[in-house]
This record gives sequence, C-alpha cells and structure tokens, in this order.
Amino acid sequence: MNLPIHRLITTVSTCSSFFLRRRLAHFTFFKDKPDPSHGPTKEMNLCQTIQNALGITLGNDHTAIIFGEDVAFGGVFRCTADLRSKYGADRVFNTPLCEQGIVAFGIGAAVAGTTAIAEIQFADYIFPAYDQIVNEAAKYRYRSQNLFNCGRLTIRAPWGAVGHGALYHSQSPEAQFLHTPGIKVVIPRSAIQAKGLLLSCIKDDNPCIFFEPKILYRSAKEDVPLKEYTIPLSKAEIISEGSDVTLVSWGTQVHVIREVAQMAAKDNISCEVIDLRTILPWDIDTICQSVSKTGRLLISHEAPITGGVGAEIAATVSKECFLNLEAPIERVCGYDIHPIPHVFEPFYFPSKWRCLEVLKRMLNF
Amino acid sequence: MFRVYSNTRVIYGLCRALNNQISKRYQSSSSSSTTTTAAANVALEPNVSKMSMFSGHIKGAITNNLEFIRPENITPISMYQVLDSDGSIKEKSHTPDFTDEDLIKMYKDMTLLNVLDRILYESQRQGRISFYMTNFGEEATHIGSAAALNAKDLVYGQYREAGVLMYRGFKLHEFIDQCFGNARSSCKGVQMPVHYGSTDLSFVTISSTLATQMPQAVGSAYAYKRAQNGLCVVCYFGEGAASEGDAHAALNFAATLEVPVIFFCRNNGYAISTTTVDQYRGDGIASRGAGYGMATTRVDGNDLFAVYNATKAARELALNEMRPVLIEAMTLRVGHHSTSDDSSAYRSIDEVRSRDKRDNPSLRVRKYMYNRGCWNEEKEEQWTKDSQKMVMEAFANCEKTKRAPISTMFENIYDKMEPHLQRQMKEMKEHVRQNHDHFPLSLYEQSST
Repeated sequence: MNLPIHRLITTVSTCSSFFLRRRLAHFTFFKDKPDPSHGPTKEMNLCQTIQNALGITLGNDHTAIIFGEDVAFGGVFRCTADLRSKYGADRVFNTPLCEQGIVAFGIGAAVAGTTAIAEIQFADYIFPAYDQIVNEAAKYRYRSQNLFNCGRLTIRAPWGAVGHGALYHSQSPEAQFLHTPGIKVVIPRSAIQAKGLLLSCIKDDNPCIFFEPKILYRSAKEDVPLKEYTIPLSKAEIISEGSDVTLVSWGTQVHVIREVAQMAAKDNISCEVIDLRTILPWDIDTICQSVSKTGRLLISHEAPITGGVGAEIAATVSKECFLNLEAPIERVCGYDIHPIPHVFEPFYFPSKWRCLEVLKRMLNF
Repeated sequence: MFRVYSNTRVIYGLCRALNNQISKRYQSSSSSSTTTTAAANVALEPNVSKMSMFSGHIKGAITNNLEFIRPENITPISMYQVLDSDGSIKEKSHTPDFTDEDLIKMYKDMTLLNVLDRILYESQRQGRISFYMTNFGEEATHIGSAAALNAKDLVYGQYREAGVLMYRGFKLHEFIDQCFGNARSSCKGVQMPVHYGSTDLSFVTISSTLATQMPQAVGSAYAYKRAQNGLCVVCYFGEGAASEGDAHAALNFAATLEVPVIFFCRNNGYAISTTTVDQYRGDGIASRGAGYGMATTRVDGNDLFAVYNATKAARELALNEMRPVLIEAMTLRVGHHSTSDDSSAYRSIDEVRSRDKRDNPSLRVRKYMYNRGCWNEEKEEQWTKDSQKMVMEAFANCEKTKRAPISTMFENIYDKMEPHLQRQMKEMKEHVRQNHDHFPLSLYEQSST
C-alpha cells in the first residue's frame, strides 16, 4: 500500500470514503518460514518469486519458452521482467492478442517437445481458450492413447479478488476446470509455495493451469529460497493442526481462514487449517483424514458457492466421513452473483466474520 | 478500469522502450562504420525519421481520394493447374520429375484409398462399424501434397486426409483396426472411426473439433524453427473449418511469429450441407492470406501434379524464408459428409456423379499414365482385382480382433494413473465382475490384473 501509516490510521477512523477504504485488503497476509534445508533465501514478493522460478526454468531447460500478451517487456504484472534480455527474444516473446491462439500454440509447442509456458493476462480472459483446454489439451494423451501428449504445457494466469477488479479482473474460475479430467489446476497461497508449485507444474508431464493470486503479487513478501525446489502436486498442506473443526481453502482465502483460526482460538476452538494447493486432482485423503478426526468441515472460497470446488469437496467428504460428522459440512463462499461487483466487494467477500459466524454455528450444532 | 490502468502503464512502458530503441538505432545508423554504406544501413533499419510509433509498421501512401475497396471487383486469384481433365500437360516445363514407379505408387495409393473407402462405408451401412467418412474426390490433395513433403514433416489433419497416411505407409489393417476400435487400433478404441494417428508417420492424432489443430500446428512449427531441424509442419483444414476463430488465430500467429508451416486448405465446396456461399463472401480462403501478410497460392485440387508442385514450392519457401505459406486447393467432396449424412437432401447426386465420372483426380492421372505408357487396361483390371482382395483380407482379419481390456478407459488421462482413477477403476471392475451377464465381455481382451 502507498499511503503512509499515520495517514492510514486517521483515515480509517474518520473517513468513510470508499476511495480511501479500497486500499485496505480484506485479509492479513500470514508469512511462512522457508524450509531451512533449502539454503539461502532472499526477500521476494510473489511476482518476483514467479520471475525467479521462470528464470530458473529458462536457465535449466533450453527448450523452455514463455509467451503471451505483453510478456516481452515484462508483463503487466512484471512477472516476466528481464527474462527476454537474459534468455533471448526467441524464448520470451509476445503473441498477438488471442487467448485461444496462445493456449493452442502452447499445446502445439509442447507436442513437438518444447516446455511451453503460456501466460493468460487475467484468468477472466481464459475462456476463449476453454475449447483448447477442455477438448484438446486435456484430451491429448487420452485420445491418442499416449501416441501424442502436451504434458509440457503450463498455463499461468493472475487470479482472484484484487479489491477493485470488478467483474473482469477478479474471477477465480477453478471450478470451470475442476470438471475437466486430464488437466491439473494449482493455486498457491504465497511466494514460497508458488515457487515450488510452479516448478512442479512445469516439470509435471500433464498440462497444468497455475493460477496466481494477483492481490499477493506485491504484498506477499517472504524469505524465498533461491535454489530450485519443488512442492508435490495433489498434496494438501496441513498448516496448523487442530481438533474441533477442519478449515479448507486455497489461494488468498487461506490467509482469511488462518486468521479465523486465530480468532476462534480465543474462544477455545481448535481449528485444523488446510491449504488444498492442488484443485485437480485434489488430495481427498488428507481432507478426509482430517475431518474423520475433527468431525467438522468448513470450506471457503472466493468463487460463487453453487458448483464451486467446495461443492465437490463437500460431497466427497460427506460420503467418506459420514459417520464421523458432528455437523453438516459448511461452505462460506461468494454469493451466486458475478464476482465481484465493483463497489460491493466488501459485501460479496467470504470474510473472516462470515467464516467465524458459520464456524460457531457448526460448533453449536 | 484496472485493465485500462495497466494498459496505460503498458503504453507508457512501451513508449519508453520504443524511444530507447529508436534512439539506439539512430545511434547505430549514424555511427556506422565506413565499410558499410549508409544506404545499406538504412535498408536494414526502419526509417525512423518518418516513423510514427502509433500508426503501425506497415506504411501506405497518403491519398486525397476517398475510395472503398470493393472485393467483388477484384479479379479472383488464379488457380494453378498442370494436368488438365484430359490428362495432358499444357506447360511442359511444369511436369514434375516423377519416375514411372513414383506415378504408379501414387496412383495405387489414390485408388486403394477409394476401395478402402467403399468397403468401410458399406461396412458401416451393414452395422459392422459405427461411423465412416470417405475421401472421394480429394485424393489428389492428399497424395500430391504428401509426396512433396519430407516423411518427418509433422502433419496436423482435420479428418479427410487419410490419403496422406496411405502415402506415408499406414497399413490397411491400421486404418481398419482404428475403425473397429479394436486393441490394435492407434487409439485403442477410445475415439470414433477415422480418428487416425501415428508417431512413426508423423501424423498427429485426429480430433473431431474443427480447426483446433491449426494454431497447434503453429506451435509445433515454432518448436521446429528453434530446433533448426530442417522440417516443416503441414496443417490440413477445410474451407468450412477456416471460418472458426482458431483458423484466424493460427494464420495470424504463424505470420507474426514467422514459422515454417504450410496451411493446406481443402476447399471442397461443402461443410456438410453448407455451401461456400453461406461460408464466406470473399475470394475463398486464399484471399485471406495477404491480409495476414502470408505467402499464398491457389491450386486445382483435382490435379495431382499441381498439388505436388505447389506443396514442394511452399515447403522450400517456408523453410528458406522461415515464414508460413497458405495453399488453397479447389476440389469437390464427391461423397457424403459422413455415414450420418445423406447429401441428396441438399444437392443433386446425379450432378455430382456425372461430374465425377467426367473428371476426377485418379482419372486424370490414369489418362496421363496411359499416354506415358506406364499403365494400361490390363494393369488397371488386375489392380482393381488386387486392391479389392487386399482390403477384404485385411478387413476380415481386423473384424476378428478383440477390443482392448476395459482398464484401458482409465489409462492415459494423466501420464500416471492418479489415485482417484485407480479407485474408480477398481469400483468399475468390481461392478462388472458382479454383473458380468450385463456386459459383452467376450468382445474385450482380458485385463492383466
């Protein structure tokens, strides 16, 4: 944020102007500590970390290319800054403005043996490429029974609420891809996580979609290990253990539920906080094991509730853990309106207050 | 709002970057060494003194006359022909350098494809395979182009290019296996008939979605350009598929990224029942090439030699100049769109038949070969018998072959079988085991587990 701290405090207490309020994020960023075995670190925000991961890839894999709209000068979020000058114009380049072309080009490059990293400027604009993702990329290996595949394709896109993105710069469309066998969908909550998960996606021999929470690009600063490391896909992370209720989320919303857990702890409610990390294929076992222990599950995501990823998790867990459940599974999500109406964002949000309210309801069931 | 803001930042950044570039170029121009002339330097660099950064890089003259280009007044692009309907060649210098063996191979491929099509079409009518698409009338587009390519040039097809596979050596039983969907099928029965694929023959597996292969071909061509392997990519598509957004994406990407891809359009006059008058109003697909900045030509798709010459020249152009080429081959879809189509509903079958009888690609080649003396009535009769026999034998063998084990349907969703799929496969097998009477298990090979 650009406002100096002292002005911020007076502003909050005296001024109800939306214009000033909009700079306050809806969450508190929880910094993680790096794995000490990963060696020296550098303070980096999410965007610098992505740049770092992409640089490592370009350095190690001579076939790797990065392409999309505006990536040459560094990208609208600066995630590809300096890569073109360092690795060459044939490896980091602009394409015409056409998402279906970008993804399809990436598929073809991957088919011919290239590590293809496609950037879609905003997840909201991924839909022209939906046919290529669902009918082509996802099916490539299956329909040819492994004669051909596009496993070396990774698609990156900025994702989720940013405070003022309104209807076309705020979407979190992971549910639209959950229903597509054959691709993997990954969403990191932080810089340290993003590096490991992105490198895993790039190395994974299946087409992957990597959604980057754009609100974290600048604000999510952590001490990120400089060396190359991966974080396994399809493995949820239990961030903090607990015994009364399991809280599951991904991306930015993980920080909301972490805060909810802290608030609940004051009322002696012990929360187990889980970051799902990979949406597809998702880690059924970790979630179910946790709910078998706690008996309660609260899933929270920014995307609208109906047909969201939470619905899939709720249905599976209710079957696998039916006899362990102490309360119905709850989902605290966006409403079934278009995410996110500009001036109404504070009301749309599955905020910590909404989550806390639901959590208490579950405990009093 | 955000996008506008970031775009403003983008434009600002671009302005700065461009300014830096321009001033750098000015510096290099003005400080050029005495060994290169000033004229040569100016020719290599953009004329920055007249360049306005906001009006694009293609500069036309200023005019004070207001004119609308009326495309209907522009002469249509000519159609290149070598071999006419009588099997004679007007421009002898354009005769391709084929040996008798080359010609006989190509002719046999064209006619064997016809026999295969007839038998498989019939077999669908008899309920022995579920679906089929014939290639009647378009044999020259397949064989002529395939013959001009390197065997390793990567081919992306639409669905009516079986002759390319035939030319490259796909065996009869491989075609038929795929149509039966048996265990030997290139896709193990996962896709409908005619969705062939082969890594050995560099032919990417067909998918039913139209034009999706086109921008993919550009991506592969970019990979080949970087690999500097001397290969190009060929992408076949129909005039109907050319209306899809993916086609526009492909042509634009190929031209801007300067990749060695040949876009080969089979304009056969029909997209199922839709004729070209409902598909486009411009001068076919060829007229679009210039709009993309792409080298383009139009050929007589029923002329094996013209197709061959054009493809050969296109390949050289693409690889020597590292740029895409568009070929529009004018032909006719003689058969129905597929076994699900009865084209008498929208066109006169008699007209199509009589036109095909008067002039078809194989007939032209046969006439030429008769004149040349490398083929005759006797050989034609013998070949008619032989080709029929070959296909029937392959067919009988393929029909007996079992389908792949049912576990196949869970394989290759991902590179490894994920836990949830392993669980679901186990469930399915258990269900089948307990209800085996309800399933036609004898048609399938046994699972290994």
